[in-house]
Amino acid sequence: MSYLDFRASHRFSTGFRLHAEFETDQLVTALCGPSGSGKTTILEMIAGLKQPQRGRIEVGRKVVLDRQRRIMVPPERRRIGFVFQDRRLFPHLTVGGNLQFGQGPKDTPRNGIRFDRLVEVLDLGHLLERYPRNLSGGEQQRVALGRALLIHPEFLLLDEPTAALDEPLRDRILDYIARVIGEWRIPTLIVSHVREAVLRLASRTILLKQGRIVSSGSASLR
Amino acid sequence: MLTESEWNAVVTSLKVATASVALGLPFAIGLGYFLARWRSPGKWIVETVVNLPLVLPPVATGVLLLLLMGRNGPLGRLLDELLGWRVVFTWYGAVAAGAIVSFPLMVRTIRVSFRSVDTRLEEAARSLGRSRLSTFYRVSLPLALRGIVAGSFLGFARTLGEFGATMMVAGNIPGQTQTIPTAIYSLFQSPGGVGRSTRLLLVSILLACVALAASEILERRRERHELS
Repeated sequence: MSYLDFRASHRFSTGFRLHAEFETDQLVTALCGPSGSGKTTILEMIAGLKQPQRGRIEVGRKVVLDRQRRIMVPPERRRIGFVFQDRRLFPHLTVGGNLQFGQGPKDTPRNGIRFDRLVEVLDLGHLLERYPRNLSGGEQQRVALGRALLIHPEFLLLDEPTAALDEPLRDRILDYIARVIGEWRIPTLIVSHVREAVLRLASRTILLKQGRIVSSGSASLR
Repeated sequence: MLTESEWNAVVTSLKVATASVALGLPFAIGLGYFLARWRSPGKWIVETVVNLPLVLPPVATGVLLLLLMGRNGPLGRLLDELLGWRVVFTWYGAVAAGAIVSFPLMVRTIRVSFRSVDTRLEEAARSLGRSRLSTFYRVSLPLALRGIVAGSFLGFARTLGEFGATMMVAGNIPGQTQTIPTAIYSLFQSPGGVGRSTRLLLVSILLACVALAASEILERRRERHELS
């Protein structure tokens, strides 16, 4: 079964043109490429924060965008967890408030992520009362990850989850991510320019250059 | 310390200023958000209309209000028939005048505070399953709150000082529509006026200082909050 089917093309006012088509049936897929190649834009299109001029996006078995058929599911109804590169924690809410901010669907979640268990897995118990400005980079990253998971996403987008973290911390964050994906089996697309990071988690790598896909294969093949 | 009529004027002023801010605030929040987020070539028309009372002579604003809310004005007739409210030469008139003249100041302050709310946080809220409306109430509004309160104090201070439009619409009836500025005007006109108006003058300065300081302190804190 395909977890994600993405086809989109978009011409930006800057002249940059994104034209990408890919499909993945792997639990964890990596999207790599130099900065400015359009990786984050692809994530934003999947999440519904940007609309491509042409294209069709299917996540799980749900068509979230089809420009031809005029389908455009708004971001809040896509059930896609997005962990932003800049984390975007709400400064006026505590860690607990941030974690519980999301509004999941009313129906019982299939992947069964429980708050207590998540706090335990991500090691956030002692931080719940704190405000984001009093957290370290790694702690913020874990809160952002936890917050996205608590909407019971059907798909997870991780944008440079180890950016701005130093080496030992980077490894620990990757451990947390691996633990989360392993425990709840959520299909994930991870954007990273750190190749080792990707190789550890992803079973497939898609390489993007200047808005186009140049290679797409198993992660072990470089 | 204050005579009874002076005291009445102070109470009326505070009442009118509070009601004016309360009346204008929901609209100022809505419009402030709209102006902060909306990009369109026609935006300047809305901004010009909103800011008009800021530069129009208050007396002229008063005349416009009279035309609109007088017994034969479209809004005045409506309010009279539906609710039995007479606006002209009543307390309501002073509130209407205060709300109009303080509105642009409130919208300006509130718009700036909404503009400083990071749209990326609003995007994050949407991706977390929150609708536009829910995002507004849970992210944009609380993050802009300081600026909204600061704008309210500024509007309050402006209404306390309102003279021209109030005089036209509400008149200067002691014990009913007489506010601090109109009372000062009356005292000043009477024999020995300069001396007799000093007490209200001092009250006026004191109230203005308190409201402005509150607004200023909140704005400063907001800026510091953003930098940290």
